[in-house]
Amino acid sequence: MKWWHVGLLISLFIGGFLSLFASPLPDGLERVAEDFGFIELEQSVITSPLPDYSLPGIDSPISGSIAGIVGVLLMFGVAWGVANILKGRNEHRK
Amino acid sequence: MHIPDGFLSTPVWVGMWLITLVIVGYALRKTRGRLSEKHIPLMGVLAAFVFAAQMLNVPVAGGTSGHMLGGVLTASLLGPWSATIVMSSVFVVQALLFQDGGITALGANIFNMGLIGTVFGYYLYVSLSKFIPKIISAGIAAWIAVVLASAFCALELGLSGTVPLKTAMVAMVSIHTLIGLIELGITMGVLGVIMKRRPDLMEIEKV
Repeated sequence: MKWWHVGLLISLFIGGFLSLFASPLPDGLERVAEDFGFIELEQSVITSPLPDYSLPGIDSPISGSIAGIVGVLLMFGVAWGVANILKGRNEHRK
Repeated sequence: MHIPDGFLSTPVWVGMWLITLVIVGYALRKTRGRLSEKHIPLMGVLAAFVFAAQMLNVPVAGGTSGHMLGGVLTASLLGPWSATIVMSSVFVVQALLFQDGGITALGANIFNMGLIGTVFGYYLYVSLSKFIPKIISAGIAAWIAVVLASAFCALELGLSGTVPLKTAMVAMVSIHTLIGLIELGITMGVLGVIMKRRPDLMEIEKV
């Protein structure tokens, strides 16, 4: 197993399992927005496919787990792809 | 600390988009053709790890939680410009697919939570590591990057007229001095494991 396989597995474990135990409490900015009464200004310009790291309409921990796993794999793919493009064609032939 | 749409005034979010585009554009130019075979999997893994770690909200104090950002950790391994690309991709995917952070606010979010860590945090880490061990330097730089990110977030909210500047500044900075400790802990923990198990990964050329 290569080092980056290990890194990816750890990330999948965090995103797909440990994240189920994440605190649902508001984060620092949400807390300040609630305390000082501007939280209701929040709006959404777009509708995302996996809002709030869950599958819409599925009220089960599996929903968060799947969203986490999809996100981790997608992030890995996106960053790998962008890096590969930036590496350039000449380097690629080596 | 992901700012949703609706919190920032148009001049502020447009301004932050422009600043971010200039810095990310510069990062693309600096990385083009300079990445090696080793950078590519590391960029993939760090993007995946940062995404996952940002899902882990930890309770801090007074009914508030926080999560790590990851900019200094990423830059300490990859270098400032390739780390800028990694962190920016994370915030783009979070905003588009997970509705975490707004679209108009994306420029501000990339700047606050990404670029402050990958650029300012990175050079702070490099400067500190001339005097103290790398791992401690990274922890301190990571903590400062989070506190500074919260100060910039407060500044943007204040300039937008969403909340008085002083109120936002005091509230954001005070809670993030605590939330920043998560950043400090995970940054030092991950670098500690890498230094012990795969010290060669620390030596990848910084781009």
